[in-house]
Amino acid sequence: MTSAIPTLPSAALGPEPSALAEITQETLALTRRLFVQLQRRPSTLVAGVLQPLIWLVLFGALFAKAPAGLLPGGLSYGRFLGAGVIVFTAFSGALNAGLPVMFDREFGFLNRLLVAPLRSRSSIVLASVLYITVMSLVQSLAIMATAALLGYGWPGGTGLLLVLVTLLLLVFAVTALSLGLAFALPGHIELIAVIFVANLPLLFASTALAPLSFMPGWLGWLAALNPLTFAIEPIRAAYAGQLSLTAVVLEAPYGSITAGTCLLVLAALAAGLFLLIRPLLDRKLS
Amino acid sequence: MHGQAHSGEGEQRSVAPLVELRGLRKRYGRGNQGVEALSGLDLTVPAGSLYGLLGPNGAGKTTALRILCTLLAPDAGAVQVAGIDALQEPRAVRRLLGYVAQEVAIDKILTGRELLELQGDLYHLDRGDRQGRIGELVDLLGMAPWIDRRCGGYSGGMRRRLDLACGLLHRPRLLVLDEPTVGLDIESRTAIWGVLRQLCAEGTTVLLSSHYLEEVDALADHLAILEAGRVIAEGSPAALKGALGGDRVTLRVREFSTPEEAGRVQRLLEGCPGVRQVVVNQAQGYSLNLVVEHEGVVEQLRRQLADAELPVFALAQSRPSLDDVYLQATGRTLMDAELAVAGSRDPKAERKQSMR
Repeated sequence: MTSAIPTLPSAALGPEPSALAEITQETLALTRRLFVQLQRRPSTLVAGVLQPLIWLVLFGALFAKAPAGLLPGGLSYGRFLGAGVIVFTAFSGALNAGLPVMFDREFGFLNRLLVAPLRSRSSIVLASVLYITVMSLVQSLAIMATAALLGYGWPGGTGLLLVLVTLLLLVFAVTALSLGLAFALPGHIELIAVIFVANLPLLFASTALAPLSFMPGWLGWLAALNPLTFAIEPIRAAYAGQLSLTAVVLEAPYGSITAGTCLLVLAALAAGLFLLIRPLLDRKLS
Repeated sequence: MHGQAHSGEGEQRSVAPLVELRGLRKRYGRGNQGVEALSGLDLTVPAGSLYGLLGPNGAGKTTALRILCTLLAPDAGAVQVAGIDALQEPRAVRRLLGYVAQEVAIDKILTGRELLELQGDLYHLDRGDRQGRIGELVDLLGMAPWIDRRCGGYSGGMRRRLDLACGLLHRPRLLVLDEPTVGLDIESRTAIWGVLRQLCAEGTTVLLSSHYLEEVDALADHLAILEAGRVIAEGSPAALKGALGGDRVTLRVREFSTPEEAGRVQRLLEGCPGVRQVVVNQAQGYSLNLVVEHEGVVEQLRRQLADAELPVFALAQSRPSLDDVYLQATGRTLMDAELAVAGSRDPKAERKQSMR
C-alpha cells in the first residue's frame, strides 16, 4: 500500500489481552444469548422433544403386532425403532442450527456482531455449535428416558457413552451443513424449505424405521450410504449390549460395516463439512 | 521578521484528522443494473469535531459510513482512523469506534440491560467495569424505567437510545451515527442531541449523517454535503454560509401583488447597486426574493421604493441558511432532491446490500 498517510501499528493501542480469554468471553456471551432466547421461547425445545416422542409412541404402536422373529435378532419393533428415533431427534435438532444465524443475518443483528472487535469471528459459529449440541443432546436424552419408560431398553453406562459420542459426531456434521446453508441461502424461507425437504426422505432412506433386509435393492443402497444409518446402527448395537467397536453392525450391499467404521465415517463427514463451509464462512464473516 | 506568519504557533493549531477517507468508490450490482453508490468520496474529520454528513437519500451516506465501520469493503480508496488503515487492520479500528446503524437491530427477547451486557462482552469489557458503565449510560440516556423490560416492547425512541448506549459502551474515540433521529419524537430527538453535544464537549469525535438540514445546522461544527457519491462542499456551517455572502431578503409590496406590479418592482430592484438574483416567487403571491450584498443596501432599497411611491407590505431579511448553501452547491433544494429519489428507492435491494 502506498498510502500518503503514515500507518500507526495497532500495537500503539496497548498490549492485547490473551486471545483465549477474549474468545471465551465473546463465545460464552453469544451462547448465553441463544439459551436466554430458548428459555423465554421454549417452543423449539418442546417441539423438538414432542415430535420424536410422537414417532416413538405412534409409529412404535403401528407395528407392535409384527410377527415375532421378523426383525433380525428377534427384537420387538419398539426396541428396534428406539435407536432410529434417537438419531432422528439429534439430526432434526442440528438441522435447525442455521435458523438463528439466518435470522440474525436477515434482521441485521449480525452486523452488530461484525462491527464489534471480535477476537475471532469463529466465535459466532462456535456459539451456535455449542448451543445446538447441548440442545440436541438434551432432546435425545429426553427421548432415551421416555423409550426406557416405554420398556424399549437402556444402553447402560458404557453403552450411553457410545451413544453420546455417536450423536455428537452426527450433530457436528449436520450443524456444519446447516450453518453453511444459513450463509449460502438468501433467506429463512429457503432455509426452512431445505430443512423441510431434507428431513423425512433422510429418515425413510435410513435404517431408522426398517432394517436393510426389508428394503428393495436400490433403497438398501441409499440407506447404506445415508449418514443417519451410520449413527443408528452403532446405537442400536449399544442398546443390544454389543459394545465392541470391531463388531459388525451393518451388512451393507458393499460389505460389512463395524461400529468403529461408522464412527470414523461420521467423524470424517463432520470434518469434511467444516472444511467445506470454511471458505464460505470466511467470506461472509470477513 | 519575514515568514513569521507561517511558522507561528497559531498556524499549527489545525487539529489532526481522526478520520480520512480517500477516493472511495463503491458499486452495487453489475453492468447496467449496477448502482454507483460512491464515486471518489474524500472526507476528513478533524479529531474532536461534531461532523455532519448532509445529503438526500441515495447520496451515499450510509455506504460511506458502513465502509468506515469496516462492514463493507470499498472497490477502491483508502480508509484511515487515527492513523490506522481500516482495510488492513479492521479490528484495531473497530475497537476505536462505536456505530449506531440506521436500522436498529435488537434482539426482541433480551432486555435492554442484557443487550448491553452482551455488547460489553463483544468489546471485551471487564465485568466490573461493564456493570458500572451500563449504570452510567442508563442514567445519561434516561433508560432506568424500562431498561429491564424486553426490547420487543420498546418504542422507536427507546430503541434508538438503547442503540446509542450500545455504541457508547466501550467509550469509543469516534462515534458514528447513521441518521440518528429519523422518525423520532421531539423529546427523544432533543435528548439525543443533548447527549451528542455533551460527548463532543468531552472530547469524543462524532460523525453523523442526516438529511435534516436543521439537525446538521443545530449540531455540527463541520459538515460535508454529499451528492451522487461525492463530497461537493465542506466546511463549518458558518463558513459555508459566509462564503455565499449577502443576506436573503423577501419583499412584498402588498399582500397579493399582480404579476405586472411584481415585474415593475423587479426591474426597479435590479437597477439598485448591491442587489443580486431578484426572483419573483409566484407561489407566494408574487413576492420577491433577492440577495443583498450588505446591510446598507436594505435602507437604500426602502428609499428607492418610497421614491417610486411603492408601499412595503412586508420585508424580511435573513442570513443565508444551510438550505441556501445546499441550493448553491447542488442547484436544487434538499427537499427537491429528496422528492426526486423518493420513488426510485428499492428497499428490498437496500436490505440485501446490508445483509451478509
